[in-house]
Amino acid sequence: MSASKKITLNVNGRDRETEVPANAALLETLRMLGCFEVKSGCEKGDCGACAVLVDGEAIDSCLTLTWTLEGRAITTVSGLSKGEESHPLIESFLKHGAVQCGYCTPGLIIAAQSMLQITPDPDEEDIRIGLSGNLCRCTGYTKVFNAVREAAEVLRKGEAKA
Amino acid sequence: MYAEFDLVIPSRLDQTLAILAEDCSIVNDTDGTMPLAGGTNMIVDLRSHSVSPERLVSLAKLDLLRGIRVVDRQVIMGGATTITTMLHDRVLAEHAPSLVEQARVFGGQMVRNAATVAGNICCGSPAADTVPPLLALDAEVELTSKEGSRVVPLSEFFLGYKEMARRPDELLTEVCWDLPPKSSTNLFYKLARRHGDAITVVGIAVAMTVEDRKCSTVRIALGAVAPIVKRATAAEAMLSGNALTPELIEAAAKRAAEESDPIDDVRATAGYRRHGVQVLTRRLVTQAWERLC
Repeated sequence: MSASKKITLNVNGRDRETEVPANAALLETLRMLGCFEVKSGCEKGDCGACAVLVDGEAIDSCLTLTWTLEGRAITTVSGLSKGEESHPLIESFLKHGAVQCGYCTPGLIIAAQSMLQITPDPDEEDIRIGLSGNLCRCTGYTKVFNAVREAAEVLRKGEAKA
Repeated sequence: MYAEFDLVIPSRLDQTLAILAEDCSIVNDTDGTMPLAGGTNMIVDLRSHSVSPERLVSLAKLDLLRGIRVVDRQVIMGGATTITTMLHDRVLAEHAPSLVEQARVFGGQMVRNAATVAGNICCGSPAADTVPPLLALDAEVELTSKEGSRVVPLSEFFLGYKEMARRPDELLTEVCWDLPPKSSTNLFYKLARRHGDAITVVGIAVAMTVEDRKCSTVRIALGAVAPIVKRATAAEAMLSGNALTPELIEAAAKRAAEESDPIDDVRATAGYRRHGVQVLTRRLVTQAWERLC
């Protein structure tokens, strides 16, 4: 049996205390906490459906043991928006119809957000590299790339205003 | 869901090394205590039960093992440096474009954000993408245990398929290599089914220095085409000391293909891989030579 202990995780700005075994991956812990927007896909780091931000950087939650994240800020797609207004990436995905079945969408948005932190003005190649760990099996990536490109512009304008 | 194990997360290197030094293989059929870096291979292996550690030692809090710096004309890269750090690093952009290129085509973004150079090396996979560029740069690795550190050339680190010189009580703490001279360059090409999120079919790295319009030194490293990542030393010897011509490059590329020892697997046949070695060696050696002359 793996050891188990109570730990405090900061998820979407809220401290959540929960009992977690040593061998639990963040993916399971988050879904136990009701964060069903974090999807379970391949469970080996190929598909990116389970991506979340840890201190602003995207990781695959299926490949990360929960205990190692105590004290770090975890953000899921549900935690991206501030207040009533949807995050520009979410708006842009809707506007461009960059969603088909939707299973890969939370991970794609998280990966895009992480990429835009380092590369606010991405070219085609930056977007391709940034989203290379996210698989969509419905259709393709053209609308996704268009959505990311436009959201990047909106975010840059927002930055300029602020 | 996957293997049962204990997990410790020390915040200091000496604590980590002390834990690794304790033998905790209480049950004979476990793998004892193992270090856990980015986890992008380890967690997959745990899930498939291909490793069964008694205890994992997470390196998540050992910040001192991260980062790339230049000291006394040596590039020193901490073992826990992530692939993403390598992708955006200015020192590497200037002196080791081959390492930036491997970072660009390594896994997907989330894997690159977590995976570390030491983890990639210590998995011992012949398809590990950090290894061909580092081998071509004549890199050395620092192995640290409770007893102290030792430095091993990367060319002597891999002993056989997934067999390495690292003892279970050692951590790979640093990777270092001399800053390449001015008239030199290094290149990497990964041949795979896709440009991202794919396992390498053939990975070739070439590092070359040119003096007096002659190729004074060249290193050709072959990935995913033998039980270990290895250098094509006979091909290197054909080129060293010569002004390169298309005929000589072609002959050396052919020799490199003969020096590879690939297998058939789900990704490609041995014959395709051998052909890939020849084509890519020719291409990269030509590019390096043309860039420098």
